[in-house]
Amino acid sequence: MNFFSLIILTVFPSITLASNEESSYFAATIFILFVFVTLLITYFASKKTDVKENYYAAGGKISGFQNGLAIAGDYMSAASFLGISGLVFYSGFDGLIYSIGFLVGWPIILFLISERLKNLGKFTFADITSIRLEQSKIRILSATGTLVTITLYLIAQMVGAGSLIQILFGLPYEIAVWIVGVLMIIYVSFGGMIATTWVQIIKAFLLIFGASILAFLVFKEFSFSLSSLLEQAVKVHESKIEILFPGKLIDDPISAISLGIALILGTAGLPHILMRFFTVPDAKSARISALYATTFIGYFYILTFVIGFGAIVFLSDNYLYLNENGKLIGSNNMAAIHLSHSIGGDIFLGFISAVAFATILAVVSGLTLAGASAIGRDLFVYVIKKGDADEKTELKVSKVSSVVIGVIAILLGIFFEGQNVAFMVGLAFAVAASTNFPILFLTIMWKNLTTMGAYYGGMIGLLTTITLVILGPTIWVEVFGFKEAIFPYKYPAIFTVSISFFAIFLISIMDKTTNKTENHKKFEKLTRKAYLGE
Amino acid sequence: MNKRILYDRFIFLNKLISFTFSLLILCLYFSFILIIGFKPQLLGILLYDGYITVGIALGLSIIIFSILLTLIYTLISNNFLDKVRDKLKE
Repeated sequence: MNFFSLIILTVFPSITLASNEESSYFAATIFILFVFVTLLITYFASKKTDVKENYYAAGGKISGFQNGLAIAGDYMSAASFLGISGLVFYSGFDGLIYSIGFLVGWPIILFLISERLKNLGKFTFADITSIRLEQSKIRILSATGTLVTITLYLIAQMVGAGSLIQILFGLPYEIAVWIVGVLMIIYVSFGGMIATTWVQIIKAFLLIFGASILAFLVFKEFSFSLSSLLEQAVKVHESKIEILFPGKLIDDPISAISLGIALILGTAGLPHILMRFFTVPDAKSARISALYATTFIGYFYILTFVIGFGAIVFLSDNYLYLNENGKLIGSNNMAAIHLSHSIGGDIFLGFISAVAFATILAVVSGLTLAGASAIGRDLFVYVIKKGDADEKTELKVSKVSSVVIGVIAILLGIFFEGQNVAFMVGLAFAVAASTNFPILFLTIMWKNLTTMGAYYGGMIGLLTTITLVILGPTIWVEVFGFKEAIFPYKYPAIFTVSISFFAIFLISIMDKTTNKTENHKKFEKLTRKAYLGE
Repeated sequence: MNKRILYDRFIFLNKLISFTFSLLILCLYFSFILIIGFKPQLLGILLYDGYITVGIALGLSIIIFSILLTLIYTLISNNFLDKVRDKLKE
C-alpha cells in the first residue's frame, strides 16, 4: 500500500476530490492500475504493430463478443454516461428520449451495414467506397468526413475530460488534458488497434459493472419497484409530476425528427465505430458484434435512466451535493458521480471516478486511431502516393499522424477550456449523417452512383451541414451572441441529409463522364462480395 | 435449382429482410417522436394507479424491442441465410 501511496503522491500531488482524501486515493489507485495494465497491453501489442493488419484491425482476431463490448465502449463515452444521467436528473423523461435516439441507430447498423462492411472493407470505410469509385477523389471526401467528425468529437471529449478530472481529482485543467492526451498517443501510436481495442474492452466492462452496481443500489432502496422510485422522484423534484412526461427539451416536431435522423444515421457514419467491424474475422462475427453492442448499449441506457432518477431522489435535497444556489456541485453532469458517493460511500465514489476517467481515455484513443488511419492510409497512400507506398512507410505516416492528432487534440482541448462544447458532438453526428453515411450507403445499395455524384454530392452535404449549424441557434446565438438565428432549427439533419442524398442522386444521374455498363458491372461484383464475402 | 436463380433470390431475400427490419425500427421510433411532438399529453397518462407513465413504459419497451429485434435478425441470419450463403459459395 505504501508503494501505491508513493506513486499516487508523485503523480497526483494535489488531490482534493469533492468529498475527501480517502476516495481520491482509492480513485487514483484504481486509475493507475488501469493505466498500468493498459500500458502493459500496449507494450505487448507494440511488437505486432509493424504489420498493417495488426495496426489497423487487430489482425482480425477479435471475437464477436469482444468486439461487441469494444463497440459499446466506444459508444458509451463519459459524455453519454454522465451526460444522459445528468439529463434525466435535470428533466426526467426527456433524458430517455435521447437514450432511445442513440440506441435505435444500432439495430439499423446491424440490418444494413455491419456484415456488408466486413465483407467489403479492410481497414477504413473509404476502402469500400473506392471499390467502385475513383480512388483519389473518394478518399479525399471520406478522409475529410472522417477528420471533421473525429476532430469535433475529440474536442468535446477533451474539454469534458479536463473539467471532469479537475473536479474529480483536483488536478489543474491543463495537466488533466495533457495526461489524457499523452496516454492516448502512447496507446495509439505504439499499440494500434490491438491496444485500442483492449483498452476499450476493459473500460466497457468496468463501466457496465459500475453502472450496474449503482443502479442496483438505487433499486434496492425501493424494493425493486420502478413505480415507487418514480413516486419518490416526483415528490422531491422541483418540476414535480412533469418529470414523467415530455418536457421542454423537444418542443417542435421538426427538431425532434431532425435530431432522430442525426442520431440514427450519424451513428451509422461514425468512422471510429465503423472501423471496429474490420477487427473481427468474418461477416458472421461482425453480425454478432452488432448484436452484443446493441444489447450492452440498450442495457446501459436503462441503467442511466434508473441512475438519473436515483440521483433525483438522493441528491435533490441533500446539501452535501448542492451549492449555495441549490444546484448540483460541478454541474448536472455530476449526478452519477455524486450519487455513487451518496449511496455507495467513499470507495464506490473512487471506483466510479476512476471508471469515468478510463472511459474518456478509451474513447479518445479510438477517435485518434480513426483519424490516423484516414491520414496514413486514405490521404497519404491513396491520394498523395497514388497507391504506391510500402507497408513500412504507410505505418510510419499513420503512427506519426496519431501523434500529431493527439497534440492537436491537447491544444484544442486547452483552447476551448470553459466553452460550452456540447454542440460539437451534435455537429459531429450531423456531419457523419450527411456525408459519411450517404456515400457509404449508396455505394453498397445504388447501382447508378458515380464518382462525380458521390464526390460533389458528399461535399455539398458536408458544407451545408457546417453552414446550417453555424447559422443556427447553437452557434449563431449561443456562441456568437447574435440576437436571432439566421437558420431557425437547432438540428439541421432533416435538411442536410435530404440535400446530400438529393445532390448525390442528381449529379450521378446527370454525370456523362462515367461509363454506365462498366459502373453496373463493378456494382454487380461489389454486391456479390457484400453478400457472399467473395 | 439453378445457381444464378438461387443467387438472385438470396440477394432479394437478404435485402427484403434488412429493409423490413430497418423499417420496423424506424416506424416505431418516429411514431414515438411524432407522439412527443404532437400529442405529448398521451404519454403522460399514468398506468395502473402507479407512477409509471405511458411514455416511460413505451420508451423502455422500445429499448427492449430493439434488442429483441436484433436477436431475431441474428438468429434468422445464422440459421437460415448463412446456410444458403454457404451453398452459393460452393
